[in-house]
Amino acid sequence: MKNSVILYFRLLSISIRSQLQYRGSFLLFSVGHFLTTGVEALGVFALFDRFGNLTNWNLEHVAVFYGVVNIAFALTEASARGFDIFGSRLVRTGDFDRILLRPRSSLHLVAGWELQLHRVGRMLQGLLVLCFGLYHLETSVTLSSILMLCTALLGAVLFFYGVLIMQATMSFWTIESLEIVNVITYGGVETAQYPRTTSDDSSPMSSPSRV
Amino acid sequence: MAVSQTLPIYWVVFATRFKTLLQYRAAAVAGVTTQIFWGSVKLMIFGAFYANAVTAPPMSFQEVVVYVWLGQVLLALLPWNIDGDFNEMFRSGSVAYELLRPLDLYVFWYARILAFRTAPTLLRMVPGLIFAMLILPLLGLEEWQLHPPETFIAGFLFFCSMLVTLLLSCTLTIFITGIMFWTIESRGALSLTTGFVAILSGMVIPLPLFPEWLQPFLNWQPFRGLCDVPYRIYSGNIPPDMAIAEIGLQIGWVLMLLVLSYTMFRIARTKLVVQGG
Repeated sequence: MKNSVILYFRLLSISIRSQLQYRGSFLLFSVGHFLTTGVEALGVFALFDRFGNLTNWNLEHVAVFYGVVNIAFALTEASARGFDIFGSRLVRTGDFDRILLRPRSSLHLVAGWELQLHRVGRMLQGLLVLCFGLYHLETSVTLSSILMLCTALLGAVLFFYGVLIMQATMSFWTIESLEIVNVITYGGVETAQYPRTTSDDSSPMSSPSRV
Repeated sequence: MAVSQTLPIYWVVFATRFKTLLQYRAAAVAGVTTQIFWGSVKLMIFGAFYANAVTAPPMSFQEVVVYVWLGQVLLALLPWNIDGDFNEMFRSGSVAYELLRPLDLYVFWYARILAFRTAPTLLRMVPGLIFAMLILPLLGLEEWQLHPPETFIAGFLFFCSMLVTLLLSCTLTIFITGIMFWTIESRGALSLTTGFVAILSGMVIPLPLFPEWLQPFLNWQPFRGLCDVPYRIYSGNIPPDMAIAEIGLQIGWVLMLLVLSYTMFRIARTKLVVQGG
């Protein structure tokens, strides 16, 4: 067990070192990822600027949703890369056979496939929006609310990770990675950026994240 | 050889590539499902905002519905990816063979890109349109339904505007492709442009919904011709008498970008060094 954990982090550190060989490319990717995912935040800001509040939800509330789900998805995107490309990169090419030959659990090895550093772009914009939301919210930040935020984050990360493992498993039948799962991953991010109910009886901040 | 003499060749390049790309039907099915889901989520969000609107927005909800569905259905037309074959050509150096052909490289690639933009769009367009126009009312969601343009003239002007949009998108794509003469890699340039294209074309939210003080800038930038102009002509948000001037602006940007990207290819040709043997 302990050895497995060490191996996992060893694999990740190799991945990080290999990416840092191309610093310029890493920086450009991170900036690009920050911009492409950050435009969604601009959209949310513009909508609130145009329409005012969404019944009893305002921009700050929605910023918390947006931040949590984007940070969580960025963490999953970065760490579950092996499962994301499993179908196209490992199953279709036959490279998965080589992984099966190794004296370790294949799940373990695929999990340690890559830690994509440039996903820090999405994480950073999510973090900025989350901080903006928390800073302007009228509620005081207590220990229990921080704890709730952290568990919400953890839950969302595990949810997305699970979906990606499912996508990888399905590619044993379909050979290709199933684009349709994007509905749950990217679509889930898009949906969870907004509160589920906007009717009058719902109370804001009842749940920091739907996922 | 002059372009006019080799025109049939470029046509063949376009037609072959078009037929090849029509084979990718499974990818299209997945794409359509994603588009339908995405369109529905966007309409739910806009619907919630419109239901609570205090002041009247500059676009009616029906116009937003048109905007969202056309955006989803014509998604493959936007210049946010490039033909994967080009990446391989630049990486392996086989771009040298392309330069050896007795054709104008720019027009030759433009024909390829034209096929790359149209074939996937046509494949994905039909099921998306059927869903938005015919299935939605059957599900009892009439307010989300995509209606045909109200007048014939609006439909005709929309069609004209879409033709210019296609050229604009192809020209931007060949521009991004041309950057690879210097960078070899396309992902860096692409990841920067995707964000700009998404927000400035109106894909993230319709441009008229942005704050008023941003409107003068938004009205003049080239990316607007990718979504905002044709979709608003379709819905009648831009009335027919103003549509002609808008299409004129679209054409102006296309010409400017054509000259710019063609010059870029000429400079690239004189400076290009292909390594390896």
